[in-house]
Amino acid sequence: MSANSAFNDEKGGSSSVGEPEYGHDPASGGIFSSDYKRHDDLKEMLDSNKDSLKLEAMKRIVAMIARGKNTSDLFPAVVKNVACKNIEVKKLVYVYLVRYAEEQQDLALLSISTFQRGLKDPNQLIRASALRVLSSIRVTIIVPIMMLAIKEAASDMSPYVRKTAAHAIPKLYSLDPEQKDQLIEVIEKLLADKTTLVAGSVVMAFEEVCPERIDLIHKNYRKLCNLLIDVEEWGQVVIINMLTRYARTQFLNPNMNESLLEEGSDKTFYGSDEDEDEEEEEEKDKKAEAPAMAKRKPYVMDPDHRLLLRNTKPLLQSRNAAVVMAVAQLYFHLAPKAEVGVIAKALVRLLRSHSEVQYVVLQNVATMSIKRRGMFEPYLKSFYIRSTDPTQIKVLKLEVLTNLANETNISTILREFQTYIKSMDKDFVAATIQAIGRCATNIGEVRDTCLNGLVQLLSNRDELVVAESVVVIKKLLQMQPEKHSDIIKHMAKLTDNIQVPMARASILWLIGEYCEHVPKIAPDVLRKMAKSFTNEEDIVKLQIINLAAKLYLTNSKQTKLLTQYVLNLAKYDQNYDIRDRARFIRQLIVPTEKSGALSKYAKKLFLALKPAPVLESPFKDRDHFQLGSLSHLLNAKAGGYQELPDWPEAAPDPSVRNVEVPEWTKCSSREKRKEKKVEKPFYSDSEGESGPTESADSESDSASGSESGSGIEESGSGSESEESEEGSESEEEEEEEKEKDKKKKKKELKKPVQESESEQSSEEEERKHERKSKQRKSESESESDEEEDSESESSQTESEDSESEAEVKKKKKAAESKPPSKPVKKDNKKEKKEMSLLDLDDFEPAPSPQATPVNSFLSNSLATDLEGLSLSDAVLSPATISPSSALKSYEMLHRITGEGLSVEYCFSRQPFSPDANMVAVQMQFTNNATSDTKNLHMEDVKLQSGMRVKEFPEIELLPAGEMVTAVMGIDFCDSTQAANFQLCTHTRKFFVSIQPPVGELMRPVFLTENEFKKEQGQLMGMNEITEKITLDVKCRNEHSIVQRVITAANLSRVPCGSDKECRFAGRTVTSSSLVLVTVATKEEGAAKLTINCEKMVIGTMLVKDILLALTQ
Amino acid sequence: MILQQQISVELNMRNSPSDPPCQSALFKGGHQNITFHQHVNPSQFIVWELLQDGPICRRLFSNSGNFWHTGTISCNIPELAAEMIHSLFLINHSGDIFLEKHWKSVISRSVCDYFFEAKEKAVDPENVSPVLQTPHHYLITIYRDKLFFLSVIQTEVPPLFVIEFLHRVADTIQDYFGECSESVIMDNVVTVYELLEEMLDNGFPLATESNVLKEMIRPPTILRSVVNTLTGGSNVGDTLPTGQLSNIPWRRAGVKYTNNEAYFDVIEEIDAILDKSGSTVFAEIQGVIEACVRLTGMPDLTLSFMNPRLLDDVSFHPCVRFKRWESERVLSFIPPDGNFTLMNYHVSSQNLVAIPVYVKQSITFFEMGPCGRLDITIGPKQTMGKTVEALMVTIHMPKAVLSANLTPTQGNYTYDLATKVLVWDIGKLNPQKLPNLRGSLSLQAGAPKPEDNPSLNIDLKIQQVAISGLKVSRLDMYGEKYKPFKGVKYLTKAGKFQVRT
Repeated sequence: MSANSAFNDEKGGSSSVGEPEYGHDPASGGIFSSDYKRHDDLKEMLDSNKDSLKLEAMKRIVAMIARGKNTSDLFPAVVKNVACKNIEVKKLVYVYLVRYAEEQQDLALLSISTFQRGLKDPNQLIRASALRVLSSIRVTIIVPIMMLAIKEAASDMSPYVRKTAAHAIPKLYSLDPEQKDQLIEVIEKLLADKTTLVAGSVVMAFEEVCPERIDLIHKNYRKLCNLLIDVEEWGQVVIINMLTRYARTQFLNPNMNESLLEEGSDKTFYGSDEDEDEEEEEEKDKKAEAPAMAKRKPYVMDPDHRLLLRNTKPLLQSRNAAVVMAVAQLYFHLAPKAEVGVIAKALVRLLRSHSEVQYVVLQNVATMSIKRRGMFEPYLKSFYIRSTDPTQIKVLKLEVLTNLANETNISTILREFQTYIKSMDKDFVAATIQAIGRCATNIGEVRDTCLNGLVQLLSNRDELVVAESVVVIKKLLQMQPEKHSDIIKHMAKLTDNIQVPMARASILWLIGEYCEHVPKIAPDVLRKMAKSFTNEEDIVKLQIINLAAKLYLTNSKQTKLLTQYVLNLAKYDQNYDIRDRARFIRQLIVPTEKSGALSKYAKKLFLALKPAPVLESPFKDRDHFQLGSLSHLLNAKAGGYQELPDWPEAAPDPSVRNVEVPEWTKCSSREKRKEKKVEKPFYSDSEGESGPTESADSESDSASGSESGSGIEESGSGSESEESEEGSESEEEEEEEKEKDKKKKKKELKKPVQESESEQSSEEEERKHERKSKQRKSESESESDEEEDSESESSQTESEDSESEAEVKKKKKAAESKPPSKPVKKDNKKEKKEMSLLDLDDFEPAPSPQATPVNSFLSNSLATDLEGLSLSDAVLSPATISPSSALKSYEMLHRITGEGLSVEYCFSRQPFSPDANMVAVQMQFTNNATSDTKNLHMEDVKLQSGMRVKEFPEIELLPAGEMVTAVMGIDFCDSTQAANFQLCTHTRKFFVSIQPPVGELMRPVFLTENEFKKEQGQLMGMNEITEKITLDVKCRNEHSIVQRVITAANLSRVPCGSDKECRFAGRTVTSSSLVLVTVATKEEGAAKLTINCEKMVIGTMLVKDILLALTQ
Repeated sequence: MILQQQISVELNMRNSPSDPPCQSALFKGGHQNITFHQHVNPSQFIVWELLQDGPICRRLFSNSGNFWHTGTISCNIPELAAEMIHSLFLINHSGDIFLEKHWKSVISRSVCDYFFEAKEKAVDPENVSPVLQTPHHYLITIYRDKLFFLSVIQTEVPPLFVIEFLHRVADTIQDYFGECSESVIMDNVVTVYELLEEMLDNGFPLATESNVLKEMIRPPTILRSVVNTLTGGSNVGDTLPTGQLSNIPWRRAGVKYTNNEAYFDVIEEIDAILDKSGSTVFAEIQGVIEACVRLTGMPDLTLSFMNPRLLDDVSFHPCVRFKRWESERVLSFIPPDGNFTLMNYHVSSQNLVAIPVYVKQSITFFEMGPCGRLDITIGPKQTMGKTVEALMVTIHMPKAVLSANLTPTQGNYTYDLATKVLVWDIGKLNPQKLPNLRGSLSLQAGAPKPEDNPSLNIDLKIQQVAISGLKVSRLDMYGEKYKPFKGVKYLTKAGKFQVRT
């Protein structure tokens, strides 16, 4: 902000020491004597008996106040009318009183008794308005009266009066900070208020009076979260901002385990991979791994943290930009990485609003886009610039575009920049050139393109454009000067024309720095410059001296005299900097007897390799300010700014937020539970706490489950060590137990349970899935094994997988500890399971493993489960699904055509973490040749429009006989068009292509039966495709149908009441269109296949594929 | 940060750390300690800036001038200004302050000088930064209807909070008086003042719902002002509002109509950027549903769409039940009384956006001679079988263009020499005879040929159609017995519709 520096210097002196500017400047009245004359008749009118006259007089007075004129001399006349019966006169008198009471304290006291009477009025609205005016009269002497009035009003029957009391608190506090302690008491009392009317105002008061007393919030935290949606908009903003700060002090960083997870999991799982078959060895292994695993404490989101995130999310749909921004900053600061994305859409929506709103939102988007680029990438085009945008908006949009630029979109962005360069707004053009420079430094691939473009700009008519280009080119050239001597030559010619000093200086520096690349031109430039030296600007002069010095060192033969001449000129320059520099340089480069030790190093000094400049966004690291705040906008701390605290190392005791609820008095804190083992239904307590809205909420079941997750986690780990001898968490063991558990569970499930039937059935499905996926795996790997055998298999898993298993195990233990006696308890357990699962999705999945083993095992059902639970929004959790079955491999390059290199690819069905809209393709490179292959990478990607590819990282070395895998992402745009590209080694290039089966263009989503039916109902008619089929003989049980369908398409199973029907759901990866598949079986292998999908082409193709899978 | 109360500061200035103090200053007051940061500029002005408050005594240091300064400060915690919005100034286009309102102590108008300074620099009022920093205050400004609403802030507050509030003030004024202009505000200055008083209490928004405000302060109508002058009645409600007390603060109680009606306008705007060749660089649809509901009692309405899946992103009036929308994609709400914006929505660029017109244009400037040619033809493209109306093309010409000599086949054109804006008002688009504008442009003699071609901004309207294809399927009313009149109107407009050349 330009005003920033002005802060200190402007308006300096006495006036700024701290006195408010009470003095009336001439403009604000007083000088117009006519006012005084007129005041006499006003006084008369006020003294009259007629209300209409009084009203007229008051109106005129208020109009004068509005114009900023001084009417303080009327105070006595006006204050008399405070008890006037006419309500309009009364209101205007109030307006006057509030404005002038501070100046005429003694007289103002006359009015106090009226208000005191009003405070006792039976009408709540009169009580409120009396308190409002009383507290607005800023007279110190009435502080005790105000205090009393506030205290009384705080326990008033009417919430409206209580709200007014909350409003009065900051007023009193600003009048007399001494009252703080008493006021805090009142705040504490009002915070406990359960009405939405009061909540916003009291939090406002809290923020003003005692923002540091975070402890007052504990008990009210859950209530505030639950009330939030019904609070009025302005209160919402204040509460959300306050809760952001609160959460930062009370919860753990949801993103802290990211790095830890990646490392840790990789090691352990590879280790166990090797001794896959022998259980005994595994046992040992387990023991060895146990301590390592124990160290890594899994992150579990506090249910209260989740509550906050869940309850604020709907507010993204608010019409009030401030509310949307508040939620956005809350998500940015508090949500797990994978969930932050939801705010992007809402923020982009705000860009349509008034330009002031745009300005603020873009500032915040600019900061966010540095940290979380992926979030805004899909909305790239929303940041395109229109010629009618105000300059400041243009520059901010440019900033965002630059931040969003990456290898895949840079070409479109550059094309867009090209149109901007032609703009009439020259400031904007300059900013665009800077932006191109930044793109070029950040993205190596386009550096040359950018450079060429900028060089073309050198012939632009506008000097400012040329100058800016020169400066940017200079920075770019510094990165690889060898290649570009021709550009330097070109620029040397420009010195004849360009007059902008900064540009001239840049050119000279360049020539000097790289004079060896342009040995012929450099001395000539110096010759010209020597001629014009005296007329140059200071920065240019300095660079001429620099150039002379460098040339002298490299080419003294030709330039000795010239250098002497320049230095002589500089010696007598007016500027002492230039004189100093000349003297200094002469001593350094011209060898004399007297010259010191330094001159030996002159070459080193001048011709040292200079590091290339780093072009950074001005918005980098701005996020240490709370986003959306004034301080963030100004990039400077504003008065009264509350620092956003860092996450705590360890979470403070969460039990402080517990509110006494009769049901679970037996165990009041989680601490106890932790120690004691899982005895009590945790669930009931968290439900009890989470208040009324939850039960009404359709999401509440699963979500409230998630809340108590942490509690179970903790308790689980407690009980675990006691029960299991090994006390280890090795996955083989877990798996085994899981299997047992599964069976047990299944048995349990068969018993009728009254509540949550759908949940149960879904659970059952999961179990089946799990088993099936295992089975499939076993089939693929060790031919046809029995189920039991498959248990023994160890597997390489993703980190999250291990977590899930650990959790299942714990849960199972919990189950053991209390045999299923009552249905209610069972219920708890079930929910518990879900809760513990949900916590997983707070883990960031290891981003695109460079070399994941093929066929990595992950239980499909668990993963789908996760997705479903993760707040039911697909966007939220783009990354939790796993490959379910043996992955079908396709050949990309045969080893004969590939001259020894063979490549197979498969669709790993894992989320491609860099971009959720991409399908992850896992490639396995095998080097069958006798020599090593180097620099495996891809080039020349040819795509249908709209498709995008994220290339796999270059594989530097693939030794003979070795095998390596890599993952790339392709956005197929929901089409089965092939992605063609060249696979390059250090010697050869191969044309290859990847064509996806339609089933791979989707990702599973979790739906409940009801949701499924509802969605299906909306996808009728054209969007529905039905086919009658006869099932393959081997494929007539539900089991194999599910298996085959899931093999054919990346879908997840949807629970279904009838066993005659199998339902599956998924969404297409790019457009997120729902794909619903139903297989209804009849007698004799007859069946009906129904596919509902908005995208008819996808639907038709999918029908074919599934048909094939089921009938063969 | 203004220190409202006196502080006690003892300060010694020395020429070097070892010298005896040569100057000292003492400020009176206080008991609590505070940390200051001091700036001394060469002219011996002392400027204090509050760094943070807290019970710390700290030595001051500064070596910005030739003095060393050490001193201990102990002072009262200054009054942290508790309000969010301290003052509001309304400023007209030419820079006169015509209304001021302070919610607490009075702040001198001179604070606006910083704004005027910025306004001078910016040339175009749109380019004035909405947030300005001055030594003691922050100024947050919005520009609406050629008026500046300038609010003075003293402490940290979310800028959008203030901006959104200021727009709400402007909306309210618009709602009350039909327009938001200086003359209208000055004619109703007392009402405006009363409104401001109700909308903000101590700087914190109190009642911003127009339904609630209208109960407290009745909007002026001709009839009422006549009656008021005759009877001496007032336009301040004599019963205090009940809306604020209920759970649905946006609706006033006891509404009664003889004709019960509910009308909805679905208005869509196409935002698009087309490139030279006519292909779409970017297009999306922004829609809004404006409602005019005059229903007796407490009706509970449900509005459902034929194709709600079209809507990519939505925002609602607070009355809409979000959960119903989430689960069933219907709008369920108890409406405010009168006109209000029910929802805003967005249809993303993923769904193909129909572009109703195509533009063939060529604007060339010749290297030789001070002239250029312009030729623009507009034709219908995807209009859903409706006529395009109110078609208008606006071109911001380069500075060098002196005048334009053009012939339109339809409508008429104006070229404003001062702002260099060419406006071609076409009217209805006749598909049989496409409107064309051609002719020559004359350039300033000696000026270089403009580098760039100006882009075309297009305005248009299509009645009776929502270009996204959104359709309201039904409106149901619960909670009341009568049968209301219902109606839905559709309108498509061009939003920020730009053709690059």
